[in-house]
Amino acid sequence: MIALATTLSAPAADVSTFTLPSINYYAIAPILILFGAAVVSVLVEAFVPRAARRPVQLVLVIGSLLAALIVVIDLRGTRLVTGDGAIAVDGVTLILWGTLLIVGLLGAMLFAERSLDPLGDAFAPKASTLPGSEDEQRFTRLGHLQTEIWPFFLFALTGMLVFPAANDLLLIFVALEVMSLPLYLLVGMARRRRLLSQEAALKYFLLGAFSSAFFLYGAAMLYGYSGSLGLVDIANAVANKPGEGTLVAVGMALVIVGLLFKVSAVPFHQWTPDVYQGAPTPVTGFMGAAVKVAAFGALLRVLYVGLGGMRWDWEPVLWIIAAITMLVGAVIALTQTDVKRMLAYSSIAQAGFILMGVVSASAAGLQSSIFYLISYAFTTIGAFAVISMVRDASGEATHLSKWAGLGRRSPVVAATFTLFMLALTGIPLTSGFVAKFGVFAAALGSGLSWLVIIAVIASIIAAFFYIRVVVLMYFSEPTEDTASVVVPSAFTTIALAAGATVTLVLGIMPQPVLDLISQAGVFVR
Amino acid sequence: MNDFPWLTTLMVVPLVGSIVVAALPKAKPAAAKLVTLVVTAAVLVITVGMALQFDGSSAEPFQFVESHQWIPSFGISYSVGIDGIALVLIALAAVLVPVVVLAGWNDVDDSRGSVKGYFALILVLEALMIGVFASLDVFLFYVFFEVMLIPVYFLIGRYGGVQRSYAAVKFLIYSLVGGLFMLAAMIGLYVVSANATGTGTFDYLSLVGLDIDENTQKVLFLGFFLAFAIKAPLWPFHTWLPDAAAESKAGTSVLLIGVLDKVGTFGMIRYCLPIFPAASDFYAPFVIALALVGVFYGAYVALSQTDMKRLFAYSSMSHFGFIVLGIFVFTSTGQTGSVVYMVAHGLSTALLFLAGGFLWMRYHGSSQISDYAGVNKTAPVLSGFFLVGALASLALPGLLSFVGEFLVLIGTFQRYMWVGAIATLGIVITAAYVLRLYQRSMTGPLKPELEGLRDIGVRERVALAPVAALVIVLGLFPAPLLNVINPAVDRVMTSIGATDPSPTVVGAPAEGTNP
Repeated sequence: MIALATTLSAPAADVSTFTLPSINYYAIAPILILFGAAVVSVLVEAFVPRAARRPVQLVLVIGSLLAALIVVIDLRGTRLVTGDGAIAVDGVTLILWGTLLIVGLLGAMLFAERSLDPLGDAFAPKASTLPGSEDEQRFTRLGHLQTEIWPFFLFALTGMLVFPAANDLLLIFVALEVMSLPLYLLVGMARRRRLLSQEAALKYFLLGAFSSAFFLYGAAMLYGYSGSLGLVDIANAVANKPGEGTLVAVGMALVIVGLLFKVSAVPFHQWTPDVYQGAPTPVTGFMGAAVKVAAFGALLRVLYVGLGGMRWDWEPVLWIIAAITMLVGAVIALTQTDVKRMLAYSSIAQAGFILMGVVSASAAGLQSSIFYLISYAFTTIGAFAVISMVRDASGEATHLSKWAGLGRRSPVVAATFTLFMLALTGIPLTSGFVAKFGVFAAALGSGLSWLVIIAVIASIIAAFFYIRVVVLMYFSEPTEDTASVVVPSAFTTIALAAGATVTLVLGIMPQPVLDLISQAGVFVR
Repeated sequence: MNDFPWLTTLMVVPLVGSIVVAALPKAKPAAAKLVTLVVTAAVLVITVGMALQFDGSSAEPFQFVESHQWIPSFGISYSVGIDGIALVLIALAAVLVPVVVLAGWNDVDDSRGSVKGYFALILVLEALMIGVFASLDVFLFYVFFEVMLIPVYFLIGRYGGVQRSYAAVKFLIYSLVGGLFMLAAMIGLYVVSANATGTGTFDYLSLVGLDIDENTQKVLFLGFFLAFAIKAPLWPFHTWLPDAAAESKAGTSVLLIGVLDKVGTFGMIRYCLPIFPAASDFYAPFVIALALVGVFYGAYVALSQTDMKRLFAYSSMSHFGFIVLGIFVFTSTGQTGSVVYMVAHGLSTALLFLAGGFLWMRYHGSSQISDYAGVNKTAPVLSGFFLVGALASLALPGLLSFVGEFLVLIGTFQRYMWVGAIATLGIVITAAYVLRLYQRSMTGPLKPELEGLRDIGVRERVALAPVAALVIVLGLFPAPLLNVINPAVDRVMTSIGATDPSPTVVGAPAEGTNP
């Protein structure tokens, strides 16, 4: 409460009388732990002998994530704003932190897998070598395996933790970049099909930089309008200065564009299919799950806290964006022949469904969006774990024709993937159904029946391509092209089992998680 | 004994059975069959035990009620309970599943999916069928309604005929479309209840008690009705049915058409009418028109079918027209008739498909009518059962279907004389295609290729005999059935505020007396 009071009374910082903000270090300890671990991880790369790096990095990553998770659990019930109004730690933040850390743990499991590819792991032995060059072949021959992915992973996750907690546009921007830069690099590090991977990284970087510029420009305009970058100050300015709409409207639009890019809402989705397809599958799984959680967390906070007073302006635009995001994602996914691209378009369609919860602009909308994010994150990471296991001689067999008859060859894996597809379709007794139910109910509760009808139509279209994979796996005869399922080590198995378990448990017994979310309440201001 | 969780037991037993069957070694298909048969027989015994406890004159709308919180955040509970309508439909399922298991003993081999998989899926389906009829929570009903698709999808898609994959996907997509519209309407209903009472609920009885604004009713009704019309299926939402029936194993078809499609008509009488009385009244003329079109369209198309499975599918569509007609004329006679007809149609479908299935299995799987002639010379018992099924299908007096059809027509005449008169003509066409089918395939000189066709053996006779017996016995003595159905139908009539037209106004224009 004290922190809240100081925030509200704090004048805009004057350079000549700059005072250090008071920071509640324990409340942001999860961020600090990961940030410290990331720095140590860089030092490990520099000083620890090559052979010892992997175990040291693994201990560091898993240890720091678990430590952060324990702190998050200990922080439960916290509700404060610290760092001179820059960071808000409230129920929503904590739930998203917990989700990100657990999803991060599962993502780390996928990163650490070394039994699937006969050449080692999913990452290029030395990312700086030219694809197809002598050097590349030499490193491959030597069985060189890199561990530089770990600092990137930790930095990205640090950024993700800051993202939904940031209560200040400048900090949001910093979080956005800390999250994105390591991801751009990770996307370009695939061991196989490197040109595709590097192209994806470049596209992601260019478009990402572009969207960051949008965000920054919008933040500057909002600063010009309100004299502050803090979300609460902006909200107060909106409340106190009616009628001065142009600057705030343009600034708001640009900020929202920057965030919509990260959640891959139409029309800012162009990067998604290429990046999902080109990135190493563990990265796709981790990114597909965690970036959605972090970015939607930030979007929710910006819209609900900073721009709540402007809801009459952003709501109609976001209704339409939600509608076309669902429809475009679902329709284009129909024509995909590559399972990773298909899931990319599916992620776009799912973003539309989550946006539907966001634009409901109510407590129910906030809570249902969060539940959707949790359920989607676990299903996604599980689905990509399966994709990383389905392989043929050239690596992962992502072309759908190679999945024909997989149900005959590997019934358990096919059944698990079927579970994920059913969850994404929204069949009852899977988490996806409860999630969809929540956002539909929230939207109807806010009087958006037309949007719900569009969502129903999009769900029907989406059902086609999700079910098509199931049909292919079970009802087609295996051909000689059919891929086989490689037995993974414990790492991927844990990620897969956790994804499947959460998908089922949230479908059958969602009440504890729903309770947790409703106790989290609304955003602290 | 009334505290015993009958309905949960009825669901848990087959579910546990399916897990046991699925866990059996693949090399022992006989064990899987035996376990399945024992489990389904146990379910039948429990159902009979429950039916004996059922109090037809009870003042409570539902009996054997169990209610537990499930997802209180959304007002969702696990509540089950049955009225007379649900009881007879659960009993229908409990009778038909062991029959199908016994009849389909050798229907599947390891060439495609595994044998144990087939029987495990049937057991899962049995649990879900019982659940869907027993639900007293709209959300729970929806969950059963949707999850039921998955075992059926695999039963068609894995164990069906040449075009099985196409048929399975078509079935699934049609059902999902209906289901999603129902989902939207169901959430709408939840929001309406939340606005009315402060906390949203899915509890059936609370929803029936809601006073919903008429325009809202009209919208929500459509969502539910569409799902049920696809399921039933009503013209013009029927095109998935002939494909699904033609590509399925005979046993799957029996469960699909005989029991699952009843969920559609059951849903109309259980959910559409009592929850949306004003909308039901508003849409009744349209629904009756669709039902009439279905009666004639189904019968007419059945006339020109060359494939028995497709003929049965279209004939079922025609019968569903009668059932829906009986529900939407809002007379207790018509609705009682519809429920009886649901049971009768399930039994006659089972006879036709299973006897047909035995025949097709004996002549390399062909169900073409032109491939058969004079079967009664070489397989008299088989063609005898087939005849009972055929006669039940055309509602011969003395058989159960007659009771249902007759009551539906009387109920229709009470309210809309002309509709009743038109519907009666449908019976004539039914007689035409059914008798022609029997005459062409079973009578006349034996086709030379069919020389030496074996008649059905003991197992097959044991499977069919109880069904034929039920059709005849209940046809002659329908009182036990009517006694449990009547109170439930009266409650439906009360909840929609409809009263039977008094018989003295027969001469007056009956259409004028809107309920």
